[in-house]
This record gives sequence, structure tokens and C-alpha cells, in this order.
Amino acid sequence: MSRAGKIARRTFLIGSAAVAGGVAFGIYAYKRTPTNPLLRNLGDGQAALTPYVRLDQSGVTIITPRADVGQGAYSVQAALVAEELDLPWEQIKVDPGPPSAAYYNGKVLAEGLPFAATDNGPLARNARVLGDVGGKFLGLQITGGSSTVPDAYEKLRVAGAVAREVLLLAAARQTGIAKADLRTRNGAVVTPDGRSLSYASLAATAAQIDPPATATLKPESEWRYLGKSMRRIDMVAKCTGTAVFGIDLRMPGMVYATVRTNPRLGGGMKNHDPSAAAASKGVLKIVPITAGVGVIADNTWRAFKAANVIKFDWGPAPYPPTTAAMFETVGTSFVPARQDSRFKNEGNIEAALTGTGVIEAEYKVPYLAHAPLEPMNAVVQLKDGRLDIWTGTQIPMFMMAMAASMTGLRAENIHLHAQMSGGSFGARLEDDYVRQAIELAKAFPGPPIKMTWTREEDMTHDFPRPLAMARMRGAVKDGHVDAYDLSIACPSVTASQLGRQNLSIPGPDVAIVAGAWDQPFKIPNYRVTGYRVPELVPVSSWRSVGASGNGFLHDGFLDELIHAAGADPLKERLRLCWHEPSRKVLEAVGEMSSWGSDPGKDRGRGIAFTLSFGVPAAEVVEVTNTPHGIRIDKVFVAVEVGRVLDPKNFDNQVRGGVIWGLGHAMNAELTHADGIAQQTNYHAFEAMRLYQVPLIEVRALTNTNEVRGIGEPTVPPAAPALANAIFAATGKRIRELPLNKHIDFV
Amino acid sequence: MRLKVNAKTHEVNVEDDMPLLWVLRDELGITGPKYGCGIAMCGACTVHVDGGAVRSCSLRVGDVSGEVTTIEGLGSPEAMHAVQAAWVEHQVAQCGYCQSGQIMAAASLLMVNGEPTDEDIDRTMSANLCRCGTYPRIRAAVKAAAAKLRERRS
Ligand code: FES
Ligand code: FES
Repeated sequence: MSRAGKIARRTFLIGSAAVAGGVAFGIYAYKRTPTNPLLRNLGDGQAALTPYVRLDQSGVTIITPRADVGQGAYSVQAALVAEELDLPWEQIKVDPGPPSAAYYNGKVLAEGLPFAATDNGPLARNARVLGDVGGKFLGLQITGGSSTVPDAYEKLRVAGAVAREVLLLAAARQTGIAKADLRTRNGAVVTPDGRSLSYASLAATAAQIDPPATATLKPESEWRYLGKSMRRIDMVAKCTGTAVFGIDLRMPGMVYATVRTNPRLGGGMKNHDPSAAAASKGVLKIVPITAGVGVIADNTWRAFKAANVIKFDWGPAPYPPTTAAMFETVGTSFVPARQDSRFKNEGNIEAALTGTGVIEAEYKVPYLAHAPLEPMNAVVQLKDGRLDIWTGTQIPMFMMAMAASMTGLRAENIHLHAQMSGGSFGARLEDDYVRQAIELAKAFPGPPIKMTWTREEDMTHDFPRPLAMARMRGAVKDGHVDAYDLSIACPSVTASQLGRQNLSIPGPDVAIVAGAWDQPFKIPNYRVTGYRVPELVPVSSWRSVGASGNGFLHDGFLDELIHAAGADPLKERLRLCWHEPSRKVLEAVGEMSSWGSDPGKDRGRGIAFTLSFGVPAAEVVEVTNTPHGIRIDKVFVAVEVGRVLDPKNFDNQVRGGVIWGLGHAMNAELTHADGIAQQTNYHAFEAMRLYQVPLIEVRALTNTNEVRGIGEPTVPPAAPALANAIFAATGKRIRELPLNKHIDFV
Repeated sequence: MRLKVNAKTHEVNVEDDMPLLWVLRDELGITGPKYGCGIAMCGACTVHVDGGAVRSCSLRVGDVSGEVTTIEGLGSPEAMHAVQAAWVEHQVAQCGYCQSGQIMAAASLLMVNGEPTDEDIDRTMSANLCRCGTYPRIRAAVKAAAAKLRERRS
């Protein structure tokens, strides 16, 4: 069968879900511009120049529909619009806007396609276009998959340029001066004789002008903000305690609540005795909710305290109760009936792996909780047939649909007010905490209810990154890697997560093998197979999703093969790598780390590479084997991102990703006993602390024209680079995360 | 009971064992100090009592003996404390949720130790968790703030 035929048979995964129900309608829906949601709620004298720009007598507000969960999304979205609109940085005001299909994400589906990011063939390109159609068709207003910048890069600049056009037209109408003679500068239209008309003063006229369909973008040479480090618009507020996160909201008449539900996720509540809690000070009401109860009180801590004295009899977990038993299920999943994908199959792996000299290994990665520092919370008010929700979320449209179905209210009576989040790492791609808050509001209508999870509730009810196991076989020949057969068994994040939104995806789940099957290496005999493990614990997207574990699985064993071949870890990776931008990042970390020089006594250097979210990322880690354990001294990281829109924020994201990857690799796992997650707070799940943070040197390469997001891609290579460095320093090959199960860290 | 917070005296009517954090947040509406863990493991709730850094989630309000300063009392957007200014200068915050606590911990360190070594910074600041991984910038900002404060004193 032709390659195209094979790929068609594999189905288009998310692409196929997007166009299921009729390509024709899909295309129709795609071509029809979703209505500008700002038009609905405009006040007197306000104009919505595009879905991203609102103008009134007080000036311009930029709508930033992608959630800011700490990655600086509000600032970068604002910079893209402001650049074209000529807004002074100090005047920038942002508003996350209402949930709307107009804010669909055209890039988030790309990662779910069975095409490597390095594949620029016609099929792959078409599929990415279909992904965009799909995103628009489904009205996917999602923040995730490192897609904010790629998706917004052109869209938001066009929005700014269109708004500028409208303002020029308005000024022309107001002054009688030809539009061609007018300029925009610093939040105003300037006339040839030097008069300056502020955008605010043009609002009323602008409201009567039909925006043009498009407008010309500025040449890069005229950029003032993009490519420069701008002060993040939330920085002063976040450093003075004046930033308001969802958990900080206060409203007149507000009451405070928490919930307790079965920590065996998916299990029910058999019995409970709330009598002591009901008598507890400040408690207003105890209400049953799905799989547990909510406690509504006059103070959050009083709600926590009361919830602590409720006696529960929880039902059993719908999955094996212990981590050991779950890994048993994973281990028995390497069977044809559970084969999910084999996207990579080059050479003749079976022939290459017959006879002696076959190298074999088994690797494991654990469940990991998101554990953002702000525990999940939401304020919900149900009053007079109207529902208001205040919360941080990456899935506003799904949340609207959920709220409508839970309350029976029509969309126009549901108002979702997006809030700033204290981290997410994927946690806010779920809506369970808001469902619970709505249940409370239905039982206690009237006042706004602020529902806050305790940290313990958050840790034990997180839908974690899935556990996984890999079996590898390989062979070397003439000093080189000759064969690599990688099998990964892992539950499907995509099925679990979308299943909770009542969406189902036909075909294989790319996430099971992401960061493994799509690596730009040419190995003579090379195969990557994904096996789908039953769901077990419900799982979700965790910073860098499938690649978060697969980077370790794929690159860890590759390093073993390279050592078995007696080759140099950097040189052999370079020899195997056919993708020029990826070779460049490998060369860069080699140079940065003086690869090949003597690292010194008891020291070792490890290198790793993962391409994820279209970004090739290479890292070199240097460690010392001290008498008290491994100390991480230095990390060198190079990435190819096409373009750096804000160097400081870029640097912050890259370092954050490295620290996230290393920290969890060192010491974090979520294990289960009796069906319950055992790590209930940060004493048992802390990742890296400041004293362990190495020197990190960062280099951005911009050799391609692709615009990429950088929140996730530096996570996957961190764990294998560390494990490979430990091997170099100690001779000990660790095939399981977290590494501290096998070696101590300082 | 009486509680002096950010130079203002409040009359609060709560049980002795309510942690200071929740008195500040839910009773007084001072939300700069954050709830992260409730067990003195993350430092998001750090405030000063008589200048010393404490974990307000684990301090019973009945045991508060001195004057409380929260991030809001340290400095304001218009008049930032040197530590806050250094934090802004270095763009430390990502999500920012831990930063009230980080800044309060750093400010109290610099009050007792004007010239902290790398080791001093590591030791003190390691008690505060940052899930976003802003640690390298925290280190740099503490040093910059220390230098600035020394400059002012001399
Ligand atoms: S909330 Fe107090 S230390 Fe974490
Ligand atoms: S900035 Fe997000 S937890 Fe520190």
C-alpha cells in the first residue's frame, strides 16, 4: 500500500474527529467567520474593532483569550496587537474576554496529528490545515500544547492592523483629511500639521465604520515591541501582592466552601456522618455532591476544619488499588490486541535483532501530579436564572457547555469570567472543580460561593500524567547504532481527557508515542510501537504531555546503545540526525558545554535531545558524584524556536521547563495504595528547591521560519540528560523515574 | 481580639486557633499572602511578625504577639520596597502565586543579613517553593536588592 494509503487508513485522529459529521459542513463553518462576541456586550460609545480590540472613551482594551497561567500569555498577546496598533506600552489594558468560538485555536490540534513536526510533505501540510479547520469548526478556544504564540502570531497582528485601519478611517472622517496623510503613533492618530487625536476620542466615529477584512502588517524592521524584552504587564501586580488570582476574589455576601470527594477517583460515597461538622463553627450548610459532600461556611478555614471531621465510607476504586498492580496491567499490555500505533517502522527490525548481541532493557515512568501552587478553586453564583462563574481555565468553551447542561440555562444566561491562575501545567484543562462549585450553587443559590480545594484534595484528586513502561531492544554494528526497537505502553491521555468532555477520538493516540516516534534520527532499523493501556486512574495533559515521559524512554535507551557501540554520545546523535535545525541545537550544546573536554574527577556529562511541539531541544547536564549524593552543577540548553518574541520571557520559560523536568525526574512520583494517591502535600512531592538549582545556560536558535511556543519543549530532554550524566559520572544506568529511587541527590 | 496589620489595627472576632493566614484573607480581605499547602511546606503564606518571616498558615492567630506586615505593607505599586523593585527589574514572576511569599522571605533575610552569600540565599530561600521554576531569577534579584539596600545605607 502507498504511504498515503497507509496514513489514510490510520485515520486522521483528531483531524478526523474534527471533520466527522461532514467535511462540507466543516468547511462551511470554517469559512463563515464566527461572530465577534464583543458586539453583544458593547456599552454606549464603545466599538469592537475586531474580536481582539475594544475601544471606548477611556481607550483601547486588548482581548487576550488565551489563559495566562504564568507563561506570560497576556503580555505576548497584548504585544502582538499593540505592535500593529501603535499603542504605548504603559497604556495597555487587557481583558480575557468572553468565551467564544471566535477565539478558536487553530494550532492546538497539530500536535495530535500522526505527522512528525519535521514532515513538510503535502499530506502533513494538508493535515495541519485540516487541524486549523477543525479548531475553528469545533470552536476550540483552548490554551495548551505550546500553541498560543504559533496561533496568535499572525492573527493578533492582523487584528491590531485592522483596528489601526479603522482608526485612520475614523480620523479621516472626523478631520476631513485624507487617510493617506494620517499616521498612527503612541495611541493616537497624528495629522500632517502635528495635531494628535487620541484613539479614545475617535471611539464614537470608529464604532460606525465597518472594519476592512484585512490590513497590511508592518515590516519587521519597524517593530518596537516584538523581539524585545517588555515588562510583563502583570509583573508589578504580582510583586506587590495586588494581582488578583481566582482564589483571591471577594464579593459582597460571599460565602466560602470546600469539598470532600472520594479519593478513589471514580468511586462513589457509600455513607457519611456529617453531624460533627454540622455543629462546627461557621458552617452554613453541608450538601451532598457527586461522590462526596460540600461544606459551605463563612470562612474558608472553617469550611476546611468542618470537612475534616466528617466521617466517610468511600466506595472502591474502579481500578487496581496499588501502583504495583497498575504497573502489572501496564506490563501485560505489550500484546497485539492493545497495539495502538506503529508510526515508525524503518529497515527490517526483526532481521536486525536476531542472533546474539541484542541489547534489551525495560524503563518505567510514574504518575505525576500537576500540583500548581494555587489549588483549584472557583467562585460560582446562581441567582435569578443567571449563572456566573469566576475561575482560571484553559477550556472556556467546554466549561460553558458543561455549565449549560448542568443548570439547563441558556448560554446567554451563563457568564464565565476568566481569572488569572497561579500555575496550571495542564491542571486547568479540566473542569471537575467547577462542576463541583456549580453543584454547590444549585444547592445554595443566591450568594457567590467561593469553593477552594485543600492542598490535600488537590493532590489526591488531580488527574495525573500517566504512568508508562517501555521495552526496548537494540543492536550496534561497527561502532554505530544499527537497530532500535522501542515499545511504549501507556494509558491514553487523549481518550481520558476528551472522554470527560464527551468527545471520542477514533484511531490511535499520538500522545502515547509523542517525543519518541517522531524523532529526527535515521537509524538503519528503527521501530516505535505504542500500546494502549486501559485507563486505570483518569489521566490528563501535564506540561509537555506524551513527550514528558517519552523523552526519557526514547533518549535514555538511545544513550545506552551509543555507549554499547563505543561511540561518543554527541557525535553519534549528530551522525544519526538528518534534520538540520536539530543538528544545530545538538552542535550548540556541544559547544556551550565544551563537550569532549575532561569534566573532572567524580564528574560526568550527559546529553539528551527531544523534538516536541515542533521544537528541537538539546540539553547537556553536568553532575558531580559527591559523598552525599549527586549534585547537578550545570545545564546547557539550546532550542530552535524560529523567532523569539520576548527574550526575557523566553529565557524564563526555558529555565522553568528545565527545572520542572529535572526536579520531577529527581524526586517526584504519585503512587497509589488502597486506590488513593499517597502524596498528599508538598512534603512528599516537591521537585526542585532553590538550593538544588544548577547554573543554566540558554541559547535560542532561529534558523527556521516556524514560530513556536516554548512553555513545554525543554521539559522532555531534561530527565534523560540527567540520567545520562549520572551514568557518565557513576557508571550506574537508571531506568526508572524518579531517579532518587536508585541514587541520592544532594 | 486586636490585630495590627500593615500599621492598621483591626478588631477581629475569631477563634484562637484560626491560622493567621485565614484571618488575613477571609476576615480582613488582605489577599497578598497565599494559601499553597497549609502545612508550612511551601512558603506562599509568608508574612512578617515584628519583622521576622513566619508561615501564616501554621501560626494560630491567638499566638500572634506582634505587628504583622504582609506583602501589601512592604511596599505598593507606586512605592515599591527594594526587594519588590528588584523582582520587577529581573522579571522574576511567572504565575506569580509564590512571589508574595518569596519576596517576604527575601526581605526578612536582608533585614538581618545585608550581605548574604550564595549559601545564605540558598538556605533561606529553599524553604519557599516555586512550581514555575523562577529560582535562578530569585537568586539574582535577592543579590540585586541586597546591593541596592547597601548602597542606600552607605
Ligand atoms: S501555605 Fe503556608 S507554607 Fe504553604
Ligand atoms: S511563579 Fe508560579 S509558583 Fe512561583
